[in-house]
Amino acid sequence: MTVRIVDRRQDSRNKSSVNRGRFLRRFKGQIRKAVADAIARRGIRDLENGEKIGIPAGDISEPQFHHGRGGMRDTVHPGNDRFSTGDQIERPSGGGAGQGKGKASKDGEGLDDFVFTLTRDEFLDIFFEELALPNLVKRQLARIDEYKRVRAGYTQTGVPTNISIVRTMRGAAGRRIAIGGPYSRELRLLQAELESVLDEVPANEDEVRRLQHEIEVLKAKRQAIPFVDPFDLRFSNRIRVPQPSTQAVMFCVMDVSGSMDEAKKQMAKRFFMLLYLFLNRNYEKIEVVFIRHHTAAEEVDEDAFFHSRETGGTIVSSALKLLRDVIVARYASSLWNIYVAQASDGDNWNEDSPVCRELLSESILPLVQYFAYVEITDGEPQNLWEEYSKLQAGRDGLFAIQRIAQAGDIYPVFRELFRRRMP
Amino acid sequence: MTRKKSRRMIEGADWTLEGLELADAEIARVARSYGLDCYRHQLEIITAEQMMDAYAAIGMPVYYHHWSFGKHFLETESRYKRGQMGLAYEIVINSDPCIAYLMEENTMAMQALVIAHAAYGHNSFFKGNHLFKQWTSADAIIDYLVFARNYLSDCEERHGLEAVEQLLDACHALSNLGVDRYKRAPPLSLAKEKLRQQEREAYLQTQVNELWKTLPQRENVAAPVSEQRFPEEPEENLLYFIEKHAPLLEPWQREVVRIVRKIGQYFYPQRQTQVMNEGWATYWHYTLLNTLYDEGRVSDGAMLEILQSHTNVVYQPPYNSNWYSGINPYALGFAMWRDIRRISEAPDAEDRAWFPDLAGRDWRENFEFAMHNFKDESFIAQFLSPRLMREFRLFSVQDDDRQTRLQVDAIHDEQGYRELRQKLAEQYNLGNSDPNIQVWNVDVHGDRSLTLRHFVHQRRPLSGQHEAVLEQVARLWGFAVRLEQQDVSGEVRLLAEKKTEKRRQSVV
Repeated sequence: MTVRIVDRRQDSRNKSSVNRGRFLRRFKGQIRKAVADAIARRGIRDLENGEKIGIPAGDISEPQFHHGRGGMRDTVHPGNDRFSTGDQIERPSGGGAGQGKGKASKDGEGLDDFVFTLTRDEFLDIFFEELALPNLVKRQLARIDEYKRVRAGYTQTGVPTNISIVRTMRGAAGRRIAIGGPYSRELRLLQAELESVLDEVPANEDEVRRLQHEIEVLKAKRQAIPFVDPFDLRFSNRIRVPQPSTQAVMFCVMDVSGSMDEAKKQMAKRFFMLLYLFLNRNYEKIEVVFIRHHTAAEEVDEDAFFHSRETGGTIVSSALKLLRDVIVARYASSLWNIYVAQASDGDNWNEDSPVCRELLSESILPLVQYFAYVEITDGEPQNLWEEYSKLQAGRDGLFAIQRIAQAGDIYPVFRELFRRRMP
Repeated sequence: MTRKKSRRMIEGADWTLEGLELADAEIARVARSYGLDCYRHQLEIITAEQMMDAYAAIGMPVYYHHWSFGKHFLETESRYKRGQMGLAYEIVINSDPCIAYLMEENTMAMQALVIAHAAYGHNSFFKGNHLFKQWTSADAIIDYLVFARNYLSDCEERHGLEAVEQLLDACHALSNLGVDRYKRAPPLSLAKEKLRQQEREAYLQTQVNELWKTLPQRENVAAPVSEQRFPEEPEENLLYFIEKHAPLLEPWQREVVRIVRKIGQYFYPQRQTQVMNEGWATYWHYTLLNTLYDEGRVSDGAMLEILQSHTNVVYQPPYNSNWYSGINPYALGFAMWRDIRRISEAPDAEDRAWFPDLAGRDWRENFEFAMHNFKDESFIAQFLSPRLMREFRLFSVQDDDRQTRLQVDAIHDEQGYRELRQKLAEQYNLGNSDPNIQVWNVDVHGDRSLTLRHFVHQRRPLSGQHEAVLEQVARLWGFAVRLEQQDVSGEVRLLAEKKTEKRRQSVV
């Protein structure tokens, strides 16, 4: 008897993925908190990879009845090198060798965090869960430049690569039966007749010859039915279905003036990186326009936005003007969902702030779906904040301002700004 | 010697399917010559990832879903990835046919070792040991696990993930108290389970309702009704009691409790025979492969690799080593089986005095006797020899929380042997390591509360988790649950109480 050897290596690898998913679902609260902590600690670029997550072990213990410490217990140990019966030993402190070892973990005390690694997808799912761009409406079934090819049954014409063998052969088989059926029936009759003639003694030679001839003719006719006829050919049909898409554009406006010190710039960049990651992940087609400004504003690409180190004075309105011009020039408001996220330390040239407010209320807010302003400062609100505050009344869900004082606030503020709201 | 003409069974480091077949055939031949009685077996090649999957499901090829298995998987995975632990070379499943998993990254020599260890060592132990014979039905377990998984996913569909998960949480909390320690379990059978399951649902429900009939019975008014206790005898199997008597459980919930209980029961013998079982398997891989080596079927290089791995497995660090974490069951078990053979074949005066029944008799007969009829506790109490205690340099330490210092009770000397052996055996008595908690009373005529009683052994208290567990009990029971503690003097005090007033959620 030879042994049975089964190679299971090709079998599904993720037998535990269901259980893993259940685990994540159950401890979503703790995991989300850990995710928020993680983001406060580290750069966002790292987010693209999975994240190591630690959650308190106490929260996820599976309790059972066990003995605790105390009472009397005897333990046998190996390797005696010095003791004789009756010796007294100092009680070892903490987790040293000796009694109580292995019990500590059962008590659920003094355990480290339960640490595990989330995959990138799991991490980002939790990260961006329940976030959405507000007020995203299909303003217009936008320019149709996207088509999707979908299956649409079968046709009788097409290119050879699209031949559906199964359908073709099925049709051919049906046709052969339909056409060949009468011949076969006749053939069976003739054959039966032939046999009965042959059974007669003496056999009627002429009759036999005639029948044999007819059988030959019928067989030839049946042979002549083509196996596959051009008529049988079927082709898989694919048609192009237009894909309407909602068009949206996000403007990222960042202050890079001298008053924004390195720490503030870092925070602003992290905020925008988070935003950028979120948009890329959750919205397939969205355009992002990066604008940065000090005394003058310019439109830059992603790389320059996140990495360049220019600096200068501050005139916020320069950025807003550029913003308005770009919208007018490239994103006609009736076709586009327009979003703006602005980050600044709120420090502006004094006389410029009222100008900003006017620009916003007069020409920008009417065009956009949502405008989020983030002020990065750990001190008193600056003049820009004060001006912007005046705009808030009556613009719920259209205009939001939030403050970030330290890195730990970035994620909560981000969540607050882009929380999925019930329509 | 046939060394010249025989073929080597291990060629090179990499294994091949043919190589495995050949190795298995050779090992089978030698195992037969030693008279090992095994189930049929099947070898399955798996990857490291699949091995971790198997870990999470306690080695079972099919298992129901629960978050805790996901947790174990994540734990294993992160420790493995950080290099804090290696994976076992093998997992073997007590089923008929016995399934042994081989990891793909093992070398050919390691595969041979694993085959000998799992497919012949453990396998014969599963087939021979009385606990496994009595508690587990190797031919039915896989079917039963499939039944369990399907039943639970049905439940999830009908009653929702949450409800099933909560129920499983509660059952898992009691799983180490869901075992009949003394009664024999009826064999599992898929056909029977399925057939009876619906019948049981209906029947159980009527029984339970009978128990809670609260209408006063006129003619009995005079009789002191409330004196009768329920249950009449304390019940040690908490899950069994809950399955049969919890008043508010739905039929499907009873079935789930039963499933957890049955599976727990199935694993109970493995917990009871760790030293014996691992020692036995280790002894046989060592013996089988050495025999093959003597025949010239295993090259020197392969044998060195096998021995290196073998020595790692049976290493026992001393108590003061950094690697020390209790007695290594492989080391103790292996040494004991070797010792039994030595006592059988070459006993000295001491052995004759201690083991008159073993000394000088056929070692295979002694082996079979010991393997069939013992569990760790009794195996050690019976067969641990003074010589081994000296070799291991065993000593026993008493930790009494009323003393400031620890005391050495016994060491490996003439006065200490018996006490030492006794204490080591006690250490493997699951009755001592798991707290003794029993169902004491149900207030049938009053508030329907359930009282559990913890019988204190050597003044050991319960760990702080008992509150959390009690909460789970209350969830199953549906009414108030109390936990009492009775110490040696017979004094009883209330440890904890959970009040719930969960009325049956009426089905709207």
